Amino acid sequence: MTAVSDNAAPPAPDANTAAIRVEGLTMAYGDFVIMRDLNFTVRLGDIFIIMGGSGCGKSTLLRVLVGLKEPAAGTVFYREGSLWDAPPDERHAILRRTGILYQSGALFSSMTLAENISLPLSQYTALPRGEIRDIVSLKLALVGLAGFEDFYPSEISGGMCKRAGLARAMALDPDILFFDEPSAGLDPVSAHNLDELILELRESLKATFVVVTHELASIFAIGNNSVYLDVETRTMTASGDPKEMLANATDPKLRRFLTRGQE
Amino acid sequence: MTRAAASRPRADAPTRSLVVADAVLTLTIAGSWRMDQALPALDPVRQALEATPPPKTLAFACAGVTGWDSLFLTQCRAILALARQRGVTADLAGLPDGVASLLALAEKVPERQGAARTTTHAPFLDRMADLGIGSVQAVHNLLEFLGEVTLAAVALVRGKAVFQRSQLTTLIYQASIDALAIVSLISFLVGLILAFVGAIQLSQFGAQIYVSTIVGIAMIRVMGAIMTGIIMAGRTGAAYAAELGTMQVNEEIDALKTFGFSPTQFLVLPRMIALVLMMPLLCIYADLMGVMGGFVVGVFMLKINPIQYLTHTWQSVPLANFWIGLVHSTIFGVLVAMAGCYRGMHCGRSALGVGQVTTSAVVTSILAIVIATAILTVACNIIGV
Repeated sequence: MTAVSDNAAPPAPDANTAAIRVEGLTMAYGDFVIMRDLNFTVRLGDIFIIMGGSGCGKSTLLRVLVGLKEPAAGTVFYREGSLWDAPPDERHAILRRTGILYQSGALFSSMTLAENISLPLSQYTALPRGEIRDIVSLKLALVGLAGFEDFYPSEISGGMCKRAGLARAMALDPDILFFDEPSAGLDPVSAHNLDELILELRESLKATFVVVTHELASIFAIGNNSVYLDVETRTMTASGDPKEMLANATDPKLRRFLTRGQE
Repeated sequence: MTRAAASRPRADAPTRSLVVADAVLTLTIAGSWRMDQALPALDPVRQALEATPPPKTLAFACAGVTGWDSLFLTQCRAILALARQRGVTADLAGLPDGVASLLALAEKVPERQGAARTTTHAPFLDRMADLGIGSVQAVHNLLEFLGEVTLAAVALVRGKAVFQRSQLTTLIYQASIDALAIVSLISFLVGLILAFVGAIQLSQFGAQIYVSTIVGIAMIRVMGAIMTGIIMAGRTGAAYAAELGTMQVNEEIDALKTFGFSPTQFLVLPRMIALVLMMPLLCIYADLMGVMGGFVVGVFMLKINPIQYLTHTWQSVPLANFWIGLVHSTIFGVLVAMAGCYRGMHCGRSALGVGQVTTSAVVTSILAIVIATAILTVACNIIGV
């Protein structure tokens, strides 16, 4: 873990309210540094938005948060402890409490939707087959896909694949759900419905959501906390509630981003 | 009592008791209702709902619930479905925070009618007819592909074929230099095996020198070409199918079509040229390596003079065998490239499809190689070479 300069450090997060704490995080591909000195806290129950222009490293940050890419420096703390300093078994145990919705859904194409969702359940629980089937049909019903159990991903639309991916991400009742560009490739109505679904799930599940997106409509509709990654300075230049950012931010680049280039 | 904050104690077993009073069935639920616990059976609830007279209302008392997850929701859904069947009104107010809203969310989009799959067994004649129609369609697709390849070849001869020359160079390199190591190893070993098999028999008559004839004729006439064909089917044919299949999945082939390029000219033609040009060269190389395999056995095991072995090979293998081998390998080149490209171009739009076309490309290539060898052998026999 690298030293963090005082002015960049976040207010000391309460261990009881922080779902994820990122400290002094630097990400790089080889010698090429993408983002440096990231410090932020995702609180329990947040819908936390990771935003920034194209190519600024939003998706890479997500990969670091979910254990797919090792950071060049710094670390990521979950409630159990540091993700990247934990031995592989512990890291898997931490990540089992998370669910990830990939950009395209990333459903396994050789399996039906029911098999996709039951895979983690049959692997990590001792539930009998009948109960797994009930849970699968519940998850599909929650995302509005009741009755589509026996369909293959190639037989349903892109938006449906995304919702089925969400059902799979929720299979093990995770405490933290990650979304990579949830509204990419969706029509405005479907994107709005997905936002509504995220809000309803947060309300009912009390889960924490981390959403990578640059869709302004989504950002303002669902986000209550966020971090803005600036592609030029290669670090975070703002964090907090996106609606307050829009009202108070003075940084011209951030204002341009939040107003779709209008200001 | 929120989901995230609840602990997961093993000892905190889930319990459910029921009381019927004033036609209200109250389920008192307590404990931790999670996936790692065994849940109480539904039978008592079912019996209570099916009792006569049935209760009018179903209510929940969940003050003692210390934790819940999806398994609790599935139980609630099952109980509510039973209540609905019996016409019992359910009062969800007593359920833990969030449960009622999640249950409502699950009911928000009704199950799409006709979406669920039912497995039906078609009558025998239906299945036969489907098989017949499928075969006709397959033949139609194959003929269409052959037609497109022929047109692309005509365009090539007329100098009007559109493809990237730089890509052709890469494909030629991949189908030749990259394949040398595996062709060397396999051909050398096949030559060695042929020599061993012959040596056991021939040394009984003191005719060891004829090992060179056996190895020479077998490798140069047909084995060199067949081994190269099979290696290239597994290596290059499979790669062509996987590449084109992935391009199909990524809509790259659609993109080519919308730009007005012919995918057959742009993608299939360079692959065919590369394999048809390189297969005969690889075959000659395989012939040499096979003879070397026989040479090693002849010289080091059978103690034949090296010069004598090579001279005898040269004298006992008619030149016609060499040309026959080249004809075989050229035809195999066409077959392997066509099988790989045909399968790749007819790939489904999923990762599963790519796997399937790759497998079928290899199977088709090897089948085609064996059938073509049989036909060519009979043909050579008829014309007496």
